[in-house]
Amino acid sequence: MLRWILGGREAQSSAEKSPVLCIGEEQPKNCFTELQVLKGHFDIVRFLVQIDDFRCASAGDDGLVLVWNVETGERLQELRGHSQQITAITTITCKNEVTLNTSLITASSDRSLSLWDPDTGNRVQTISDLHSSVKCLLVLERLCVWLSGGEELCVWNRDFQLQCQRPNHSDTGITALIELPKNYIAAAMDKKIMIYSLTVSADSSVSVAEIRCLSDHQDQIRALINVNDGFFASGSHMGELILWNATEWNLLAYEHILWEESQAYNQTEIRMGAPKPSEMSIQHLTTNGNLILAAVGSGLYVYSIQTRSVVAYRKVAHDSNVLHTMLLSDSELMSCSEDGSVRMWEIQDLPLPAEPASSGFFGMWSFGRSNKQSGPPSKKVIDIPNIRMLELTGDLIGHSGAVQMFVSFKEKGLVTCSADHLLILWKNGERQSRLRSLALFQKLEERGGL
Amino acid sequence: MIGSPDVVAFAKEDEYGQTSPDLWPLPEEFSVPLYPLADSNPWAKTSYAKFTKDFILISEFSEQVGPQPLLTIPDDPKVCGTFDLNYFSLRIMSVDYQASFVGHPPGTGYPRLSFVEDSRVVLGDSKEGAFAYVHHLTLYDLEARGFVRPFCMAYVAADEKKIMLQFQELSLRFSQASECLKAGNRRAFAKELQRKLRDLEYTHSVLQREEGLQREAGPQSMYSAHAVEKANELANVEKSIFEHRDLLKQISSYHRRPRRDPHAVTCQKCVDECLSECEELLNKYAKIAYPCGYGEKAGKGEGHPRGQGEDDDEEEEGVKRKLSYTPQLIKAKSAKCFDKRLKTLQELCDKTFYEATVELLKETERSFRGDLCYLYTRRLDKALQRKQRVTTFLFEEDLNDDDEDELGTLRPFCAVNHAVDNYVLLNPPPIVLAPEPHELDALERPEHLDPASETSITLESELGLGESHLESSPSDQTLETQESSEETKGSFSSDKSGVGLAEIQQSLVSMKSEAPDPDPDSDLTPDPNHNLERESSSEEMETTAGEDEGENGGDQTPMSLLEVVSELEANREEECEGVSGSELLVPIDTACCMVQEGFLYEASAPEAVPHLCQNSHLQPSQTLVVNQEPQALLPLQDDYTVGSPCSESPATGLELPSGLLGDAVSRTSAEDGSDCTMSASTGSDQTASPLGYGALVTLRQRKKAGQGALRFVRQYPFAIQALWCLLSGRTLVVLGADEGRVRRLVAALALFVPAPGKCGERVQAWLSCPFTLTDLQRWKLIGLQRVASPLGSSMLYSLSRYSRYISILDADHKTLRCPPYRGQLLANIADHRTYIRRGSTYFLHLQSTLCHLAAKAFLFTFTHHLHLPVSSTEGLEVVESRRRCFLQEQLGLSEEDSQILLYLSQLITQQYLQPTGSSAAAPSFSFNYTTSILYKI
Repeated sequence: MLRWILGGREAQSSAEKSPVLCIGEEQPKNCFTELQVLKGHFDIVRFLVQIDDFRCASAGDDGLVLVWNVETGERLQELRGHSQQITAITTITCKNEVTLNTSLITASSDRSLSLWDPDTGNRVQTISDLHSSVKCLLVLERLCVWLSGGEELCVWNRDFQLQCQRPNHSDTGITALIELPKNYIAAAMDKKIMIYSLTVSADSSVSVAEIRCLSDHQDQIRALINVNDGFFASGSHMGELILWNATEWNLLAYEHILWEESQAYNQTEIRMGAPKPSEMSIQHLTTNGNLILAAVGSGLYVYSIQTRSVVAYRKVAHDSNVLHTMLLSDSELMSCSEDGSVRMWEIQDLPLPAEPASSGFFGMWSFGRSNKQSGPPSKKVIDIPNIRMLELTGDLIGHSGAVQMFVSFKEKGLVTCSADHLLILWKNGERQSRLRSLALFQKLEERGGL
Repeated sequence: MIGSPDVVAFAKEDEYGQTSPDLWPLPEEFSVPLYPLADSNPWAKTSYAKFTKDFILISEFSEQVGPQPLLTIPDDPKVCGTFDLNYFSLRIMSVDYQASFVGHPPGTGYPRLSFVEDSRVVLGDSKEGAFAYVHHLTLYDLEARGFVRPFCMAYVAADEKKIMLQFQELSLRFSQASECLKAGNRRAFAKELQRKLRDLEYTHSVLQREEGLQREAGPQSMYSAHAVEKANELANVEKSIFEHRDLLKQISSYHRRPRRDPHAVTCQKCVDECLSECEELLNKYAKIAYPCGYGEKAGKGEGHPRGQGEDDDEEEEGVKRKLSYTPQLIKAKSAKCFDKRLKTLQELCDKTFYEATVELLKETERSFRGDLCYLYTRRLDKALQRKQRVTTFLFEEDLNDDDEDELGTLRPFCAVNHAVDNYVLLNPPPIVLAPEPHELDALERPEHLDPASETSITLESELGLGESHLESSPSDQTLETQESSEETKGSFSSDKSGVGLAEIQQSLVSMKSEAPDPDPDSDLTPDPNHNLERESSSEEMETTAGEDEGENGGDQTPMSLLEVVSELEANREEECEGVSGSELLVPIDTACCMVQEGFLYEASAPEAVPHLCQNSHLQPSQTLVVNQEPQALLPLQDDYTVGSPCSESPATGLELPSGLLGDAVSRTSAEDGSDCTMSASTGSDQTASPLGYGALVTLRQRKKAGQGALRFVRQYPFAIQALWCLLSGRTLVVLGADEGRVRRLVAALALFVPAPGKCGERVQAWLSCPFTLTDLQRWKLIGLQRVASPLGSSMLYSLSRYSRYISILDADHKTLRCPPYRGQLLANIADHRTYIRRGSTYFLHLQSTLCHLAAKAFLFTFTHHLHLPVSSTEGLEVVESRRRCFLQEQLGLSEEDSQILLYLSQLITQQYLQPTGSSAAAPSFSFNYTTSILYKI
């Protein structure tokens, strides 16, 4: 269809399309030249949490939580206890006198919550028979409490004692929770974002009050993130990206990301209908404070906070929906998708637009919000001069199912989890080889020879 | 009756023996024994032999018909061809030199079983072109003359050198077989005795009843001729019972006597079983006999009232009737005639034992197949490989069997497969594996066993310490004897004549008074064990019925006298072999000891362990001493004639790479006389491994694969790329519709897979389902079925999906998709215009190239500065450039060739860090991102 629409621009379309689908086997910038397959799960692995700088925990639909050593690939612990799939997992850090103890909180469909010690594998605390299963967890280290969101919002202290509870009136329940400055909490519920205030009274009892309801989204909110102290962002199923002020909770920017290019050629109006919502659904948002990276359908969209404008984008970054993204730096990012691959991207400056095709090439994409009633402030010009390119620098192929999530351990490697029940630990082969050599010569020295 | 066979002494011929006195010539392991130049055709010798290949012959010296062949292995008339087995049996049976007491030795009341050690002899029949290693053994048969049946097993070959050079292994293998046979035989013999005893007891009771009837009939009939005859008969039966009971006792004490034959290692469990069985029997009959005192009855005559005895007998009968076996009346005259049928070998030995023996011999035959040079190089090969475990896993076949062999020399063979237990118990520590420069080849090794030097040492020490340390008990049949023989050796050798009994008795006294000063020499057995031995030995003395009362000299029973005599004789032999033998024997005899103790007290195994360990610690120092004075070998030549029939004949054709070592071997055979030819030179566990049967087959498979590989190389111009993929660790998928073709290709290409695993785990010959990443990680070579179905499409999907990790060789379209290779390293093994025509030649060529590669990889892996910075200021780039420089300039490798080395190096590193591969972590899988291109034929 694309080709048919583009008509004579076939060459460009292929130029645009092919590098996405296949970068080829030569990937000089891809440093992940060694992998370890970590087996242990029996069902889809959906969550990965970093515990400290060498451990991570994985959890999935089999109700298992496994703790892995990322350096060696060993399975350190197996946390068994949940009878159904895990719906949320997070770490909670307790500051002792000297040490930082990181524990894991898991929530499962069996309507229980558990606290685990990843060092020993013990289930330290557990609460079962909740009214509903918990969909999201938020730890407020500052207040020494943590929150669970589902059909109700509950506040718990470190000892798993319920501090307060707030029933929810929407059918979908809370899908995401973030912490805002001044003890406020933002919770995403269907199309609304609720702002709660958390007050800790003198006797250390906690109460929650509903402050405001933000209902600017037209569709279900899929992602809600903190950007920095001043902003938070949310993304909806139909591709709306809204930047909010974190203290006054007002709308700062509204982007409706529509992957359609029909305006440029609207004479051929055999519209195949609007793009399917899933194609522009914002699956995941991530940020590093300067940029927001949105996973929109199977594409990627980089938005700059400062300029309130798109920096780079790629409509078809993957063959299927992008499930998780990460900004490694201001120019490097990574995404994983249902197509089973992880791709690494670089935001590159465009080669100088010498040939006119270049501008046309970008011109054919029209995005920006459609004129909706909410009245967002700024509107983008199609060919912004400072728009840059999202260049594929490498891909990791190994999973045979959707890659659900990944966690980067910087130079130690990258852990991916997938629907094929596997985790894969991707490493820099050269570094590993160096480490092995080091170990070899150490052993040689210990033995005093061969 | 027969012309004396030209027995070949196991010694070295002069013309070849006096080679260079150079102590450090070319390392022995690199020199291959070549045929003398006179033999222009090395195979000429075999030409006039009347058989086509080597075989094993088992013969018997039948007391009825004389020597006769029993069976050959392989059991195929074609093997022997026109070779006259009857004649050859005659020859080999006529060289049994075992001097043994048979029947009634003077001074004993009862017939004695002679516990004859096996003898080993090499014999040649130049006219027939046959040479044989002959292993004589005797089995016990109650009906045979002297209760013994001489047998022999012979390994018959056309090549004399083969026999000579493989002597130790042959001896080892045949000793195992012999032990197996004998173990079965003892069991059968004990059973036979038991049956006979029952018969006798029954007869006895019947006779007694008759006599009682006669007595009642009246006094006049007391002295009738008939009555006298009956009385005599009764007395005869009683005597016979005694004799048989004694025989039973003897056979059950078999294991307690010292074994002078270091090969005579038996399975402890079997021994245990046998012992307990015998013990049970003994107890049973002792219980029956002693209360009523048959001995007394015999002594005191007929007049004694016997009411009680009769009761007992009747009770006995009652007991016996319950058993399934019904005793038979025994005729006064036993049938010692020629019409009597002699038992067959199968009957003489337990069936299981017999079958196990035959199996063992078959395996022996199999492992000795082939030319001597072949065997020899193969052994060298293995010995070298064993030293290089760091890299051998890459391309060499697995040495697993070798590990077994190393231990196997001392590990008893067990017919009933108690092997596992034995393994734990007997697993000998590296006793003689000390820092030995020549441990490579068994034949060259035994210099550290040099008896002369050690004799001198012990003599010295003994002189220094005086004779108060002698602690020897002639009737002591445990380890003690071994030690004591070592210790008393000084005195024995000084006056070889009578060797005053007094000395022995003195030693007996000292033993009784418990004065075992730990002699510096006798450290061989640590103190904790001493006590145990003492206990066991005292136990022993009890069983041998009070001979120890003779500690004051006068009244030794004939039995112990006999043993003193035999002990003295034995000592003459042990004089030569003594120290060396015993030091080697200690672990073995400990085993014996353990068996006994295990029998007496259940848990003895743990105590034996420190003993063994200590031995191993002791060994190096002794070795050192010996190594310092190699000249000590020379005086020993005098001992050649000491009652050793072997030494009479000239040492023909024994040819070893080094003169010195050759001497050592010949000496070995010379010194031990007839009884245990092998004592000094074996017992070592690095005796060259008998070629493992499993490995041999693998090798054959690999050679066959070599043919396939050669065909592949000649047929496909892109073979070099395919080989490069395999060697650089990139998984190669062989895609094809025809299973046979794919399997053949995979089998051929498997030769190039580095570290294929013990059973080729890294190779999947035929896969008909889509593969996953883990499969790629596991397998480096995959045969994949091409199917035209939905399944096929998913397979193609997985192929394209993982295409970056794999190379695809399409067997149907004859294409290869893989990264380009431009290196030169593999050019000489993947030259499709190669002149090599034979698969095995190509295989060897390949092996050498791969070996070369492995050596480079080893160098690369273990060169520190190629991987790590030399100083802290150095950056990674410096190391990187140094590595590149090394690979490219010093080794002259191109980029792609370097990848091979890097991969091999990675494998070596991993192997070194985790030799077992048992890490909890998942294996890692390395790859790189390069484009592939399609090669077409």
